[in-house]
Amino acid sequence: MGLDIEANKKLVEDILEAYPDKAKKDRKKHFQINTEETKQSCSCSLKSNIKSRPGVMTPRGCSYAGSKGVVWGPIKDMVHISHGPVGCGQYSWGTRRNYANGTLGIDNFTAMQITSDFQETDIVFGGDKKLEIICREIKEMFPLAKGISVQSECPIGLIGDDIEAVSKKMAKELEMPVVPVRCEGFRGVSQSLGHHIANDAIRDFVMGKADLAETGPYDVNIIGDYNIGGDAWASRILLEEMGLRVIAQWSGDGTLNELEIAHKAKMNLIHCHRSMNYMVEHMEKAYGIPWMEYNFFGPTKTYESLRAIAAKFDATIQENCEKVIAKYKPQMDAIIGKYRPRLEGKKVMLLIGGLRSRHTIGAYEDLGMEIVATGYEFAHKDDYEKTFPDMKEGSIIMDDPTAYELEELAQKLNIDLMGSGVKEKYVYHKMGIPFRQMHSWDYSGPYHGFDGFKIFAKDMDMTVNNPVWSLIDKKEKVQPEGASV
Amino acid sequence: MSKERMNIPDYNTLFTEERYVQQRENKKQFEAPCSDQEKAEALAYSQSAEYMEKNFERKAVVINPHKACQPLGSVMAALGFEKTLPFVHGSQGCNSYFRSHLSRHFKEPTPAVSSSMTEDAAVFGGMSNMIDGLENAVALYKPEMVAVCTTCMAEVIGDDLSAFIGNARQKGAIAEDFPVTFANTPSFIGSHITGYDSMIKSILSQLFDRSGQTAAPGAGEEGEKLNVLLGFEPYTGNFAEIRKILNAFDTKYTILGDHSGNYDSPANGEYEYYYGGTKLADVPKAANALGSLVLQKYTLKKTQEYIKGTWKQQVSALSTPLGVKATDKLLEAISELTGLPVPASLKEERGRVVDAYADSHPYLHGKRVALAGDPDLLLGLIGFCLEVGMEPVHILCSNGDVEFDGKKWKEEVEALLATSPYGSEATVYVGKDLWHLRSLLLNDPVDLAIGSSHVKFAAKDAGVPLVRVGFPIFDRHHMHRNPIIGYQGALNLLTLIVNIVLDQLDNNESGFGDLVR
Repeated sequence: MGLDIEANKKLVEDILEAYPDKAKKDRKKHFQINTEETKQSCSCSLKSNIKSRPGVMTPRGCSYAGSKGVVWGPIKDMVHISHGPVGCGQYSWGTRRNYANGTLGIDNFTAMQITSDFQETDIVFGGDKKLEIICREIKEMFPLAKGISVQSECPIGLIGDDIEAVSKKMAKELEMPVVPVRCEGFRGVSQSLGHHIANDAIRDFVMGKADLAETGPYDVNIIGDYNIGGDAWASRILLEEMGLRVIAQWSGDGTLNELEIAHKAKMNLIHCHRSMNYMVEHMEKAYGIPWMEYNFFGPTKTYESLRAIAAKFDATIQENCEKVIAKYKPQMDAIIGKYRPRLEGKKVMLLIGGLRSRHTIGAYEDLGMEIVATGYEFAHKDDYEKTFPDMKEGSIIMDDPTAYELEELAQKLNIDLMGSGVKEKYVYHKMGIPFRQMHSWDYSGPYHGFDGFKIFAKDMDMTVNNPVWSLIDKKEKVQPEGASV
Repeated sequence: MSKERMNIPDYNTLFTEERYVQQRENKKQFEAPCSDQEKAEALAYSQSAEYMEKNFERKAVVINPHKACQPLGSVMAALGFEKTLPFVHGSQGCNSYFRSHLSRHFKEPTPAVSSSMTEDAAVFGGMSNMIDGLENAVALYKPEMVAVCTTCMAEVIGDDLSAFIGNARQKGAIAEDFPVTFANTPSFIGSHITGYDSMIKSILSQLFDRSGQTAAPGAGEEGEKLNVLLGFEPYTGNFAEIRKILNAFDTKYTILGDHSGNYDSPANGEYEYYYGGTKLADVPKAANALGSLVLQKYTLKKTQEYIKGTWKQQVSALSTPLGVKATDKLLEAISELTGLPVPASLKEERGRVVDAYADSHPYLHGKRVALAGDPDLLLGLIGFCLEVGMEPVHILCSNGDVEFDGKKWKEEVEALLATSPYGSEATVYVGKDLWHLRSLLLNDPVDLAIGSSHVKFAAKDAGVPLVRVGFPIFDRHHMHRNPIIGYQGALNLLTLIVNIVLDQLDNNESGFGDLVR
């Protein structure tokens, strides 16, 4: 059964009344109620990827967060310099839980904060000389580091430092890649441009630089998996069981060499399409590597994806695929058998990144949960086009919603679970609404693949059904107004 | 609950399964990894004295620093005032980082907005962002004051906050009488504590100036009051503790900058954006107080100068009062400022804490300790260590070189260490980072490390247990709710530390089965 389209339209309009006229007019363009028409046409007039309103609590971050925090940071055998003042590196230190095998500070530099700690003199005189010294000192301190990336913070672009020239010089001197990345936080409107800038740098400085001794027909890359809580490992295991050979993991638990040989793959399998679509499109053009999206959240989508992947290969892989599914299906059925009765019909609202608000829908649906509203921090038009068909009629789809909008919606829609980030998490605890932090799996995970779904199901049940929510002595019960749900 | 048990391994156990171990090995063929020998050599080298020497020679790269940047402190400062909305002028990612960082420590929401400046603002300046931002923020979040701080972006392009806010008033984006305080907080100067100080000073001075009042220390009813400033205070419990102490004295007081309400609010079905905080009307009145008690004198450097200079008040400045002796000094300072005697109840509490010290001393005496943290916290921790017979060995402060009354922090630390034979082993490292600490821990081992969650990596590499004290504490829950200042705080610190020592003893026990300690 669908949700009430008209009621939800009115609900959104009422919520936006709180804004001054200019902001109201803008924010209105970022909401849409799903209808048969939008579902069918897969098109929408929803505005996305434009500037956030000043003075609101936007959930968005910046380009630096997209580049260092998402794409480059997880590449484990390179040292990533947070180039500029101390804060950016400090705040992004280890917070995304990109797991990587190796010894921290020896051959793995992921959960470290390496910064040029700009002082006033660096702003006045420029930081290029200092950057040279930093690169030499990194080589000295971390002799096994395979390369360096220079992640620019806001002042770098503003004071006109030539990090490209320094990087070129140091790459030659240190005989390893030194990659300048112009991901200053003021560029673009969200993290999304940072992903793009980061990928362009990989394309320009890393791609195609190494060879793979022996290639095979089943060589694939995992693209756009950051190994949060071990996600990429829980995905890789299925691909390998199916007989595929994963030659590169981008970029969770990834290495420089994997980036350099990835052009040798026969197929790119992309999980987070938002962050790395630029890469697979480039590799298709430059190297003729076909690509496909897959979705390993929840068994239904995982079965579909495994079969779709197998269909691109031969009968051997297809047979293996069925074997893999047959092996795990009883486990998945048991999980659903246990948790679905406890979660059936629970209403969920999501605001996550640039993909997961759609990507995880199947996993919730496998548990009988219903997504009543969903939105993204930094999605683009194509993400929304893919979202409408996946959502129920009458559900609310929103772009870059502010904290105020989300809180109003949560109350009025009377949701049973909110999935978003740490900035939102504790607000919902006050409101007595079960919450999962869906950026780093609330310090749990993995959530990908069959092993991941077990943990996902357990976590959702743990959250929705914990007795703590019944202890909250609500001042007065908020009655849903106008909403149909 | 279903009786059927289902074994769902977590991420720690899952990846120890054989199939994942095999996956890890298999993946290496594509990683071009260093050989096991190379890795073993590099690890041994990184632990060597030779490496330590090189590590201390580096001039430019900073590895795992124990400090954050100015505007983060400003956001915390703004949240110490009634219905005040922090407004971060600059690119929006900074504000997201501050909100996340603070929320990860307190496990509480951090309401704050940004003016979301992008490329066009970099070229043309952020004035229109400021004007629209103030209008939107006031309409949506209904604050009674907005406190603006800057990011590096706004600082580098030279945005003029005072002019922008004036223009916002002229254009009617905010009312003429609506208070907007502001502070310049470039991230390339100082650290989070500098930003805290800048914003507190701005709020005090700007609200005082707006009120049109004049300072008259000790005047009228307000004159019987005492001002208390805690500083960049990561412990909400410390606010409750100082209140308890002041109430025991039966003195009137105003806490200037009290974010404990915002960072310890109830779950009751509603979220309200603002909880507690110093009343705005109390700020101008604070100029007429008897005097001000400052509990983080290095953090609150500019604020103290302002209070002394403009409010013409007596200021009693301490570092975080940790341990018995520092609490004694705190009580003396309150006595001196108010003319009231130290209450008997606190003397009795002191006796109970000293009794607990005596009970625990065999497990703490002579324990070698490494310390990392902010300047005032470290002075407090050193004092605590010395009075229970622990020996500070490595004292590391990434942001400890702030000039204070012509005297540097390091000199005061060394003077404190010199007061006790237990301080003779200590070396103070200013402006160093936690990668330096790693070398120190490996080359000159200690029994315990005390510091924030960030210290865990160095401590783990050296096999040293970590007592989590300070900011940020991300990986343990609710530590900030228990006070560490005052006599009660001394007892809490003692309990925390001695039980970690006893845990170690149990972990290493050789089967004799000690039950009683």
